[in-house]
Amino acid sequence: MAGLELLSDQGYRVDGRRAGELRKIQARMGVFAQADGSAYIEQGNTKALAVVYGPHEIRGSRARALPDRALVNCQYSSATFSTGERKRRPHGDRKSCEMGLQLRQTFEAAILTQLHPRSQIDIYVQVLQADGGTYAACVNAATLAVLDAGIPMRDFVCACSAGFVDGTALADLSHVEEAAGGPQLALALLPASGQIALLEMDARLHEDHLEQVLEAAAQAAQDVHILLDRVVRQHIWPSPDYPLLQSGPWGCFSPNIPRVSWHRQGWYAPHFMLRTPQLQ
Amino acid sequence: MASVALSEAEKVYIMHGVQEDLRVDGRGCEDYRCVEVETDVVSNTSGSARVKLGHTDILVGVKAEMGMPKLEKPNEGYLEFFVDCSANATPEFEGRGGDDLGTEIANTLYRIFNNKSSVDLKTLCISAREHCWVLYVDVLLLECDGNLFDAISIAVKAALFNTRIPRVRVLEDEEGSKDIELSDDPYDCIRLSVENVPCIVTLCKIGYRHVVDATLQEEACSLASLLVSVTSKGVVTCLRKVGKGSLDPESIFEMMEPGSPSGQGQGSAHLFSRPSFPSIHLTFLTD
Repeated sequence: MAGLELLSDQGYRVDGRRAGELRKIQARMGVFAQADGSAYIEQGNTKALAVVYGPHEIRGSRARALPDRALVNCQYSSATFSTGERKRRPHGDRKSCEMGLQLRQTFEAAILTQLHPRSQIDIYVQVLQADGGTYAACVNAATLAVLDAGIPMRDFVCACSAGFVDGTALADLSHVEEAAGGPQLALALLPASGQIALLEMDARLHEDHLEQVLEAAAQAAQDVHILLDRVVRQHIWPSPDYPLLQSGPWGCFSPNIPRVSWHRQGWYAPHFMLRTPQLQ
Repeated sequence: MASVALSEAEKVYIMHGVQEDLRVDGRGCEDYRCVEVETDVVSNTSGSARVKLGHTDILVGVKAEMGMPKLEKPNEGYLEFFVDCSANATPEFEGRGGDDLGTEIANTLYRIFNNKSSVDLKTLCISAREHCWVLYVDVLLLECDGNLFDAISIAVKAALFNTRIPRVRVLEDEEGSKDIELSDDPYDCIRLSVENVPCIVTLCKIGYRHVVDATLQEEACSLASLLVSVTSKGVVTCLRKVGKGSLDPESIFEMMEPGSPSGQGQGSAHLFSRPSFPSIHLTFLTD
């Protein structure tokens, strides 16, 4: 877009963030009672929901069963009202199929599939609002959902996107920055070991800049890991420092609920929503 | 329809309970579960709503776009419904598995809105025969625990209530070409009146009695259901029998007797006495 400055001279991006700063992340586990595992995440305005069923018996043809490990099946679906322009088909189109395959590749690297031979693990991701970084939000939500389902994994899978503008690497791109047409890198990382589960880059980028962009994405993914770790711990052991999120409709969803912001750490502010008890 | 496997003993247990007006979760035959309605949940839509009826979770987004009016109704806009049964609800809905149910629900929604009074379509007209607002109502089924039609109709009503359509002006210059101008104020918008938007009440026949707001287990025990779409004034816009069983003609009127108040209560008269519903009508009155 001509005239839209993605990075100002003072180093601020379109939404006021710094180059390496993430958007506000809020996440919640166990949002659905009927599924084995579920999680909801908001990264800025990108909202994603992930639901996990499994490990269970293979549905459909038994011939697909793998004798030594579990089959991981992923479906990516984005709601028709999620993008600015209304989408006609929520899933089944090429982009959704490709995302499903990418998610599958990512999670096959992380889930300990050898523990569940001849069974199937279904991961369904739904994007409710897309504002850039949908793949990263999906991976983060799916990680939390798999953990909520109690399926053993090697490590968290944390993902983040990165771009490159005016000699600076930007982390966690929003839709405006993605639409500008610069290079975009999507990275999914296993934080403890630093191993990369998925790496994808679009558009042209000089190889001299690749390391800088990769470094920015990896650092952002590590920051996401700190947040997700805290979400999981808070879900399992609520402590006086992080009071229990009252159960109710997806705590961090409603704009009318009073927000309490906790201490800032570094660039990002992990916000957790407190709900007042439901009045009947 | 998403189904749950029940043993014969469980079915008998449910049916015996229903004969005594006592359901598995302690409700009576004409009690609804607690409903939670929340509007304005997705920010990049014109209107949205989320309804949680027990474990049934529905999200509706309304997007207003400009289009051409239909040939037979040049002075009106129109509504388009699309229902997506996502795989979140049950793995059976993966891929195209949820399409059948989605089409069935969408067709029911078209039917219940297919009358002059539900939504005032003339307010959606911008210039006759050329431009009108088309409201795309997209329903997303997130979790299914029975009674989908009721929850979806409540969510659609709430989302239409929440819809804000920007006000536009048509400017005509000397050559006759028309230009559409959006007003500068982002809060200057048209709101729809949802007073006459109907709500669906599903009455499931279990044994010799009928229940309102059936859970998935109760739906597995029932062979036939009656869908009544009723507005707050008691006007019935659609009546449909679903299910593979059959209904006695007298029992239909018997079921409609309390059924009509239940639906009106999702909007009106008789069921205001029921504790769970007045709150819904009140949320539409305030914002």
